[in-house]
Amino acid sequence: MEHRPLISIEGLARRFGDSSQPAVFEDIWFGVDKGEFCCLIGHSGCGKTTILNVLAGLDQPSEGAVIVDNREIDGPSLDRAVIFQGHALLPWLTVMGNIAFAVSSRWPKWDRTRVQDHSRRFIELVGLKGAENKRPAQLSGGMKQRVGIARALSIQPKMLLMDEPFSALDALTRGMLQDEVLRICADTQQTVFMITHDVDEAILLADKIVLMTNGPGARIAEIVVNTMPKNERHRNDLHKHPQYYAIRNHLVEFLVNRSRAFDQEIAGQNYDPRRLKLVKPGLAAVNPPAEVVALTTGRRQ
Amino acid sequence: MTAFKNSLGLRAGLLSLLIFVAIVGLWQIATLPTAGTGPAMDPEYAKLVGAAAATGTKSSMPTPADIGATIWKHVLDPFYVRGSNDKGIGIQLAYSLGRVLLGFGLAALVAVPLGFLIGMSPLVYRALDPFIQILKPVSPLAWMPLALYTIKDSAISSIFVIFICSVWPMLINTAFGVGSVRKEWLNVARTLEVGPFRTAFKVILPAAAPTIMTGMRISVGIAWLVIVAAEMLVGGTGIGYFVWNEWNNLSIANIVTAILLIGLVGLLLDQGLAYLAKLVTYPE
Repeated sequence: MEHRPLISIEGLARRFGDSSQPAVFEDIWFGVDKGEFCCLIGHSGCGKTTILNVLAGLDQPSEGAVIVDNREIDGPSLDRAVIFQGHALLPWLTVMGNIAFAVSSRWPKWDRTRVQDHSRRFIELVGLKGAENKRPAQLSGGMKQRVGIARALSIQPKMLLMDEPFSALDALTRGMLQDEVLRICADTQQTVFMITHDVDEAILLADKIVLMTNGPGARIAEIVVNTMPKNERHRNDLHKHPQYYAIRNHLVEFLVNRSRAFDQEIAGQNYDPRRLKLVKPGLAAVNPPAEVVALTTGRRQ
Repeated sequence: MTAFKNSLGLRAGLLSLLIFVAIVGLWQIATLPTAGTGPAMDPEYAKLVGAAAATGTKSSMPTPADIGATIWKHVLDPFYVRGSNDKGIGIQLAYSLGRVLLGFGLAALVAVPLGFLIGMSPLVYRALDPFIQILKPVSPLAWMPLALYTIKDSAISSIFVIFICSVWPMLINTAFGVGSVRKEWLNVARTLEVGPFRTAFKVILPAAAPTIMTGMRISVGIAWLVIVAAEMLVGGTGIGYFVWNEWNNLSIANIVTAILLIGLVGLLLDQGLAYLAKLVTYPE
């Protein structure tokens, strides 16, 4: 049997209305391995959020399926925690109440003290110790999103699904939270699927960046492997890394030009949506291409 | 002085006091006894409204001082019983309040669960909407003859009338509150695999509670309006009956006292529910 990743997206398509309508996206195939941080990047309107909702089980695809752990998903599950774009905290509950609600949903038999102890651990993990009894309205945007992250992590899911979790935050808060997510995910070996349209966020966080073309009829163009090692990715000196600009330019070039004209790009080529190209633009920057090496050896002779 | 200028509450309070004094003053002037003797009076009429009023030297409209004295009399002895047609104003208010709370409570028991169902199910909403739209604008008193005929008990009939007028605002507000719970909150419950009952009580109910409470506040206000009219119709007991009885006695001072007390009780009911609404309101 062929190797199957933890999450396998197989032939996904989604159209709104009847089958004569053009699909928002179609023929989407890719996978996310266990422990991998995967970013999906594309313009708004290409159906990124719909893909995430399908993965979360909140939306049904028109065609195709999502296989998780060798089983087709048929609805939401506690194994797949979602961090919503608008944090989606319940405003009548405190920070503790919001997280305890998730924890007691995960382990209904736990008593109150056990639920609270467990919740408190995750409140501390995201640095919100002391804010347990505050309501969401009393928290800043960054703190609310931290609660959202703590809630998702507290149920110890097999994977995290994040829908542009930092897009509503100011740059400073966003940076701090990105660092924290990076740290937490590295510590817990969490499998993450995240949607973003921020190129730098993708380079900082992701091991694998899935590029989606513009809709309607959006497709996955290719998968960029982030060859910068995890321990060399730091927000403050990311731009000094030798691979950074090569990867960044590749992503920006895709978003600015190729995402629009991808159909022309693949015309006459054998584009197979099931066997996507894995590109490593970062390696090209550090290892000079083979031709250049051949030329220098030629001159020496 | 600056403290006075800065305090809106203080200035508003003073203005209220001035308006009150002006009203009482005008009232006093309007009810001053007129000099001279009027035309000869029918002795029956003179007996009914009092000699001074009948001769025209005194208006049958009481002066503010008369009202004050009447209120004081009622305050001193609100719960007396001197025969079936002469009970203290406190007892009458208690009857009315009891009917309102009973009818309102029964309406809440029906309206909140039914509103939940309507809010959750577009099918039930569509199916029940024509009934609600037609029955909602009907004056609750129009139900009274039907209630008297079917129930054959005037006390229960007035409770039914309160029930029927309180049910609509609560039903509509509950349905609206439940139907407009933010989708992302429901999605949170779905991704946490929360069952339907737990979702209803832990997510939908708290989310819709402020809207439901607003409906209850409207309902209790309407119920308090309607009880006076209903009791005028069915008679026997209650503040509405008291007002009508005092009209037959031509005791304007008692009627004015009752009006003020009805207003006061209505205010307390409204504030009580406003306080409850505040307890379940959440800032977003």
